[in-house]
Amino acid sequence: MSTGTARSRLRLPQLDATNGVWAALAVALIVGGTLVALDGGSLFSESSTISLLQRAAGLGIVAVGQTIAILAGSLDLSVAYVISLTSLVAAETMAGSDGMVLPAILAVLAVSAAIGLVNGLLITKLRINAFIATLGVGLLIKGYLEQGYAGPAGSVPTSFQHLGYDRLGPVPLSFLLFAAVAAAVWFTLRGTRYGHHLIATGGDLDVARLSGVRTDRVLIRTHVICSLCAGIAGLYLASRLGAGAPRVGAEGGYDLESIAAVVLGGTVLAGGKGGVTGTVGGVLLLAVIDGVFNQLEVDSFFKQMVRGVVIVAAVAVYALRLRRTSDRRKAAVA
Amino acid sequence: MQQASEPPLLRMRGVGKAFFGVRVLDDVDLDLHPGQVHALVGENGAGKSTLMKIASGVYQPDAGTLELSGRAVTLPDPRAAQAAGIGIIHQEFNLLPERTVAENVFLGREPMRRGLVDRRAMHDRTAELLAGIGETAIAPQTRVGRLGVAQQQVVEIVKALALDARVLIMDEPTAALAEHEVELLYALVRRLQQRGIGILYVSHRLTEVFDLSGRITVLKDGRRVTTLDTAEATADTLVRHMVGRELSHYYPERAAPGGAGAARLRLSAAGNGRLRPVDLELRSGEVLGVGGLQGSGRSALARAVFGVDGFRTGQLLLDGVPVRVRSPRQAVRAGIAYVTEDRKGEGLALSQSVLDNALLAQHAVRPRWFARTARATTVRELLDAVEVHAAGTGQEIRYLSGGNQQKVILARWLAMKPRVLLFDEPTRGIDVGAKAAIHDLIRKLADDGAAVLMISSELPELIGMSDRIVVMRDGAIAGELPAGSSEEAVMGLATGAATSTEVPA
Repeated sequence: MSTGTARSRLRLPQLDATNGVWAALAVALIVGGTLVALDGGSLFSESSTISLLQRAAGLGIVAVGQTIAILAGSLDLSVAYVISLTSLVAAETMAGSDGMVLPAILAVLAVSAAIGLVNGLLITKLRINAFIATLGVGLLIKGYLEQGYAGPAGSVPTSFQHLGYDRLGPVPLSFLLFAAVAAAVWFTLRGTRYGHHLIATGGDLDVARLSGVRTDRVLIRTHVICSLCAGIAGLYLASRLGAGAPRVGAEGGYDLESIAAVVLGGTVLAGGKGGVTGTVGGVLLLAVIDGVFNQLEVDSFFKQMVRGVVIVAAVAVYALRLRRTSDRRKAAVA
Repeated sequence: MQQASEPPLLRMRGVGKAFFGVRVLDDVDLDLHPGQVHALVGENGAGKSTLMKIASGVYQPDAGTLELSGRAVTLPDPRAAQAAGIGIIHQEFNLLPERTVAENVFLGREPMRRGLVDRRAMHDRTAELLAGIGETAIAPQTRVGRLGVAQQQVVEIVKALALDARVLIMDEPTAALAEHEVELLYALVRRLQQRGIGILYVSHRLTEVFDLSGRITVLKDGRRVTTLDTAEATADTLVRHMVGRELSHYYPERAAPGGAGAARLRLSAAGNGRLRPVDLELRSGEVLGVGGLQGSGRSALARAVFGVDGFRTGQLLLDGVPVRVRSPRQAVRAGIAYVTEDRKGEGLALSQSVLDNALLAQHAVRPRWFARTARATTVRELLDAVEVHAAGTGQEIRYLSGGNQQKVILARWLAMKPRVLLFDEPTRGIDVGAKAAIHDLIRKLADDGAAVLMISSELPELIGMSDRIVVMRDGAIAGELPAGSSEEAVMGLATGAATSTEVPA
């Protein structure tokens, strides 16, 4: 025990997983910026910054929702299809009319909350593994979309397209929406009882339950919020595309990509450890990598490879660190 | 210490419990008064933990009543017990390592202010609670994972106190603690006592029982043998009550003196992160017992030999030949077998059949498809030979009793014809009958020329089975004892009360 503390006292202030991703982001910006500059372009020009932030916004909103699902020890694979579905719900309800914007937003929120509720109930009441439950719900939605829609449908009035295209200075409105969602969730995790219970549930379901946490409710609420985030992303994509698109979520790979962003941000896949700030870093990191490769006009195969390597490397680093800590803990016990 | 007029905090009368027709607790009475430390002692399997789980709402008794301060209660679940003021400190802590001390203490009932969690109040009240039991070194904001084991235990206690626990059940509270931490726990227990909290102290370490308790209840085979004031008890009477039999009768005959053969396994200065360099010799034909407290490095030694967490320094010789064992696979191939302490977690594939489990090692190491039928036949014979009672070899192993599961594991290794067998708590959680059968099997293996290393926390077993006893402490070998040494000699070495040279042979 005493040797354990002595050793930990010798260690330098450690890079936490969440600030690790910000360090990686800084490196990516420097290396990427240099590469793009050598290529004759600029990563920090206004247009590329805007497109970078815009790219980050859509994924970011979904990833924030995914963060709390994963933090709670769960997972949501249905988000991609929720995005597609809600983009259609939005565009078809609006049908080009300004007056229908608010009802459309409410409809989207209701639909996505309902899907989240179903996910949560399947996981808690029927005790279906989250992976399978949300995959099943996702496929269900996919089936409905493929049956009902061959291509884009509905249309979004110009007033609503402001969400997708307007900016405050260089910052797109959509990015501010992302920031707002992230801030709200961050605050919820930190400040509310629900947030505390969520992290406890993900950390150890039994400990949480024996301490009086109603873990089922926590998980259901979490899935509702996660789905709501996907719905908001659906709204954003509808405003961006001007119409609802039945395959936008799946083609954008929002399910796995959001999980990747969460994991890059240092949230442990098993739950109980991590947070929204890390996820924001992860989303930005993925967006920067994307931006750099777009500017360099590298083919997409190579781009995917680099993303894969980055994700695997990040998780390997976290796992290694985790093992070291647990080794130390074991050594302290022995 | 107790007033006769006042009803006890906790009164249990005629409590009984059976699992699948096996009676594990029968007609047990127990009174716990405010400010009293009531020790509950008994061998493994005596029913201590079942009684404890009934008192904390984990199990429902089949018979008998519970009263809290004179009122009859039922405790349908652990939360009901908590609400009734019964806190329990488990051996394994129920804490979230990634959360702070305060967040853990107030989990599930965080103080609120204007709809939000009031961190400041949470921290202040945690600090108050900590200060209330004289613990000022722990900051409420610290992440629990950064605390040492002893401090985590303090957090557990504070968590129980935050629930206004008047009854505190402590299950082997010193098991995970280092020596100097035990003193701190003593002080803590005494302070809790002064606050009028009744403590049910479950332990098999008699020193602690005598140091702390005012009253002792002895359980044996699920029944209360006696309850007496600590002042009237002596270690001898307690042990007699606990054991109630002559030790040697229960165990198979040891190897004849000088019967052990050549050195089979030799460690020289072998160490790793958890073991200081160890020198050890294990001869064929002998059962070498390894004693020591939990966390003293006993399991680490077995796991190192078996290549789970291999040695980083020193040398391992098998029959005089240096061998590098860097994985369990290499160990199995070298003729080493390991019966793990965590039978369900590490020993068995619970949802597979008896046969599959018995064939596991063979299939893993020598996966030749053409030998499968022949192997299954041999293994079936082995399963018969060790007398596994199952509905058939196709039955899922999870439905077997602990004793039968252990026999399947034995059959698995016997099929490998190992030269060295490592047993880690081979009879933990196994009923008395199967225990004797396993003891016989272990001895027979040694008689047939295998070298057996057996780790055991159960002193009667350790002493009854071993031809030699090695005692570990703090990741090193504290000393060696001959066959038939006394429990005091083993405990002396294990706790550091005696050094190897002082121990009488």
